[in-house]
Amino acid sequence: MLDFLLQLLLALDATLRLATPLILCAMAGIFAERSGIVDISLEGKLLTGAFVAAAVAAITGSAWLGLFAAIGASVFMSLIHGFACITHKGDQVVSGVAINILASGMTVIAGIALFAKGGQTPHLPNESRFRAIEFYGVETLNNVPVIGTIYRELISGHSLLVYLALVLVPICAFVMYKSRFGLRLRAVGELPEAVDSAGISVTWLRYRALIVGGALCGIAGAYLSISHGANFVREMSAGKGYIALAAVIFGNWRPYKALFACLLFGFLEAGTSRLQGVDLPLIGEIPIQLMLAVPYIVTVLLLAGFIGRPTAPAAIGQPYNK
Amino acid sequence: MSNTPPLPRWADLILLPVINLFVALAICGVIIAVIGENPFQAFGVMIKGAFIYPESLGYTLYYTTNFIFTGLAVATAFHAMMFNIGGEGQAYVGGLGAAFAAFLVGPFAPWFITLPLCILGAAAFGAFWAMVPGYLQAKRGSHIVITTIMFNFLAASLMVWLLAGPMMLQGQQSPQTAIFDTSAHLPKMSEIFAIFGVKIAKSPLNISFLLAIVALGIFYVLIWKTRLGYEIRTVGKNPEAAHYAGINVARTIIIAMAISGAFAGLMATNEVLGVHNRVILNFTAGYGFTGIAVALMGRNHPIGIFLASLLFGVLYQGGAELDFEFKSITREMVLLIQGMIILFSGALAYMFNPPLARFLVRIGLVKGVQDA
Amino acid sequence: MSDIELKTSGDTPARFALELQGISKSFGTVRANRDIDLQVPSGTIHGIIGENGAGKSTLMNILYGLHRADAGEMRIDGTPCKIRSSADSIALGIGMVHQHFMLVPRFSVLENVMLGSEGGGLLRAGRGATLDTLKRLGETYGMVVDPNALISDLNVGTRQRVEILKALKGGARILILDEPTGVLTPQETEQLFEILKVLRDDGVTILLITHKLDEIMAVTDNVSIMRAGTMVGHRETAQTNAAELAELMVGRKVLLTVEKGPANPTEILLSVDNLGAVSSRGHDVLKDMSFDLRGGEILGIAGVSGNGQTQLLEILTGMRVPDRGQVNILGDKISKTSPKNPRELREMGLAHIPEDRHIHGLVLDFEAQENVVLGYHRDDITGTGALIDRDVINTHCAERMETFDVRPSNPALNAKNFSGGNQQKIVIAREIYSNPRVLIVGQPTRGVDVGAIEFIHKQLIALRDAGCAIVVVSVELEEVLGLSDRIMVMNDGQSVGIVDAADTDVNQLGLMMAGISQEAAE
Repeated sequence: MLDFLLQLLLALDATLRLATPLILCAMAGIFAERSGIVDISLEGKLLTGAFVAAAVAAITGSAWLGLFAAIGASVFMSLIHGFACITHKGDQVVSGVAINILASGMTVIAGIALFAKGGQTPHLPNESRFRAIEFYGVETLNNVPVIGTIYRELISGHSLLVYLALVLVPICAFVMYKSRFGLRLRAVGELPEAVDSAGISVTWLRYRALIVGGALCGIAGAYLSISHGANFVREMSAGKGYIALAAVIFGNWRPYKALFACLLFGFLEAGTSRLQGVDLPLIGEIPIQLMLAVPYIVTVLLLAGFIGRPTAPAAIGQPYNK
Repeated sequence: MSNTPPLPRWADLILLPVINLFVALAICGVIIAVIGENPFQAFGVMIKGAFIYPESLGYTLYYTTNFIFTGLAVATAFHAMMFNIGGEGQAYVGGLGAAFAAFLVGPFAPWFITLPLCILGAAAFGAFWAMVPGYLQAKRGSHIVITTIMFNFLAASLMVWLLAGPMMLQGQQSPQTAIFDTSAHLPKMSEIFAIFGVKIAKSPLNISFLLAIVALGIFYVLIWKTRLGYEIRTVGKNPEAAHYAGINVARTIIIAMAISGAFAGLMATNEVLGVHNRVILNFTAGYGFTGIAVALMGRNHPIGIFLASLLFGVLYQGGAELDFEFKSITREMVLLIQGMIILFSGALAYMFNPPLARFLVRIGLVKGVQDA
Repeated sequence: MSDIELKTSGDTPARFALELQGISKSFGTVRANRDIDLQVPSGTIHGIIGENGAGKSTLMNILYGLHRADAGEMRIDGTPCKIRSSADSIALGIGMVHQHFMLVPRFSVLENVMLGSEGGGLLRAGRGATLDTLKRLGETYGMVVDPNALISDLNVGTRQRVEILKALKGGARILILDEPTGVLTPQETEQLFEILKVLRDDGVTILLITHKLDEIMAVTDNVSIMRAGTMVGHRETAQTNAAELAELMVGRKVLLTVEKGPANPTEILLSVDNLGAVSSRGHDVLKDMSFDLRGGEILGIAGVSGNGQTQLLEILTGMRVPDRGQVNILGDKISKTSPKNPRELREMGLAHIPEDRHIHGLVLDFEAQENVVLGYHRDDITGTGALIDRDVINTHCAERMETFDVRPSNPALNAKNFSGGNQQKIVIAREIYSNPRVLIVGQPTRGVDVGAIEFIHKQLIALRDAGCAIVVVSVELEEVLGLSDRIMVMNDGQSVGIVDAADTDVNQLGLMMAGISQEAAE
């Protein structure tokens, strides 16, 4: 029984670690999409953030500089997206595709130019990374059954960025629903004319939404390469940006629901490594590809209205023309 | 308010794409310079790599073949105002269709039965993989972009599972199928030329290049010469008017997506039937996404698509040459150019349009709009 | 035309809340406003009247900062001012109630009213004050609305009140209403006017934009008339009458008499039996509709737009499946269980000139010749072979353009590059070509110049005389009266009654449009 508990805790622990980049990207996606801008460029921004964080951390030796540089680079990608589809009213999906491809190419080119290691960045020493934080009292509580284990395995021992991601969810929700910025942001994604007619700049509002999203993606990228991992490797984002987008849809463009979706998808991913080759009673062996495909299948079913019907922001995807 | 005259057709079809290409190349040139290499030298190497060596033209056209198919896929959907991002997945699944036909029929039938069935299999599987998102868009209102993205990942999962599992060649570690029987091999161009006594350099270029040229023709006739094409374009330009005209909008969208997917699936004829003669992991290698750049740059017109495919063929083949010639710049440069082209000829399509139109008026090439 | 003395309410000397001088604005080649002068005394209701496309909305959008004038000056309360955005105009005390409401459907009333004047970085800060203001304004002006209700749950009249509340809450002393009654029932219109009068008496200056003469006469103090982008006159409402205003609006006395002989009705070609339709949100939009129509006869359908005419047209033409009842057409039946699509109906001999040529009638990005085969593209006019024959289409289009005097007569020109009248001619040329036995027409002459109107009317009469059964829906009462042999008036999705065109007049029809039965209206 205790062994099962430990296994479960370890799985949940892994869930949290795997869900962290998803959560940050999903929050970024909510900001962009709630403002009316389709954001399939989450993937590219995540990848850019991961590369820049690792490169800067490798050069300066500072994880913090890496993080800030990642945020800056990712925001820059957001601004390109904004320039194309806010300022020039271009197609948001096309712009997103362009950014994702640019990120794929640029990270490798810059990586080779800087480090000549085939697109990877050098392995970071621990002091240049965001490492696990041991909470106060783990030792003391260790002897208390159950609670001690939960405290040690699940609550304590994550990187700062994991906790940051978890704290950012209620903050995002608060900003979205309780602040002036949030009210205007939600309005501009539903009916930009109303925002314009209220004397508020649609352009600047949408840019701000993208900038916030860029910053969040930058943190997510930094987590991948200088916290969860210890260097950048090609295509490190590996579709996580798209899974985050799926979580946004699954979460009906709401922060808490999206958080739940990210945790669910993270749990599935955590489960695959544990279930690989394991014969489950009654079910038999589950192909891990099937488990990994669950986020995509769920999103397709959801969008098709087979399980509930998500309501996207009404003005999403349409450039604003006066 | 500025008074922008419409851009004439020739400028829209030729001048604008050239300007977009130039800007994309210029930015990449700056990046190369920042890296510390000479951009002109780099582009020179690419051109050389694409044409000069005996086998390079063959390689260039081999890449071109892929881009024609995936570009046509994106363009067909665009005409129905559908953004099919799923060419990658459709091509991947198309490979499965070709493989099924090759394994089921190949061992028993001669090439003239096997090959058409393989080609048909590739088109049919690709069509199916695009038709489902088309159906979900037309009948259930799911956004085609998101669905086709998800279908790319589903295709990847499915293929990994098949190639590493049920379809994996026994006694081997890498995820790929067995080699097809020779009846399912598309002949290489070098082999065909050899029959007529002409010796050309060996390259992966195979007869599917001709199939791609035929596909361009089919596309042209379909879109502009058939009633179905008329309906597809009507649905794309104004679905309300299509409904008024008695066109079944949902059905037309589904059909357009199926045709789009079929074109994407045909890409497998080149890679699977023509080159590898088996299905290997990730044989699509991002060609499906390049199709977006090709369609955007080629303005959804067959001639434009051919030229854009050729351009990307040059870039891909020439880009491979970069790996040999330079230490610090690699073939990923091509991804950068590709991204820039999508950005400038797609998302920023309207940026150069008004200034260019005004410029043409100023230099007297185009008549300005008179005040009423 | 010189300005005349304008009446101001109360005994205070004339003071202008708003003055415009020499305002001009062009969109591309279209000069929407030319040298506009306007003076609006404070605390009055000032009407701006003009036909669709006269430039009223452009002028108001300039005033509200949504467009910027190319030239001209503006003074608010005597002070010169520059308005660059709606933020500027809001700061100057201008509020606008748009034709299409600027309300977020998924937001509550409170959230919508707060948008733009939240009162602080956090919503909590301004919430209490907004609720108080809403309550006070609601009670003062008789516009009590539940602040927590979702906009999507409110009816149109209530939504409009929210718009007015929003403007007032933002501190508006000048309130612009752009065609506010287009979507209202007569009762709601009445209530709106009451509210406007109370606001005026409270010192708010109101600009009422409309193309409806009766509204101007009913509620305004002064009226300015616009035509073709210019201001053609200013009048004190009490000193003018509808006839004079109409003349100013149109420019010359247009006698919309359509020359036609008596009808020779033949057999019944179209009969509608207890037809009903339900909107996607579950409301009855068409109820118990029944009528017969014979060949050689024109049935006009009058009514305020949005009273079920669109749905009726859609059902008759196969674009919508009826939820109840049936249509018998040319010996066949349309009902919920046996629907017909537009293509099948065309093959049976029905043609359809749709209400909105930009939405349904044309593909604007297609060439004229491609538009001339829209809906008939599977027939022989696109050639008899497996493929479309462009030469055949081209010849056909050139012939149609010649017959209907479409200018420029260039089949390869995109539809969007033709004027409104010529676009409409392309649609009509296409639909009449098939020699329909039943023709369904929506707004035959909307946005069409006078010359083309006459031409189009003649075509319809000629078709009637050839034995075609024609249904004409129009919001222009004069047009319905001139064209029709019989007139059905619709209100709230129902038929108020069918009258003979010869035995009725604008007054009776107007009353019937408000839902008053035929007998009571006589």
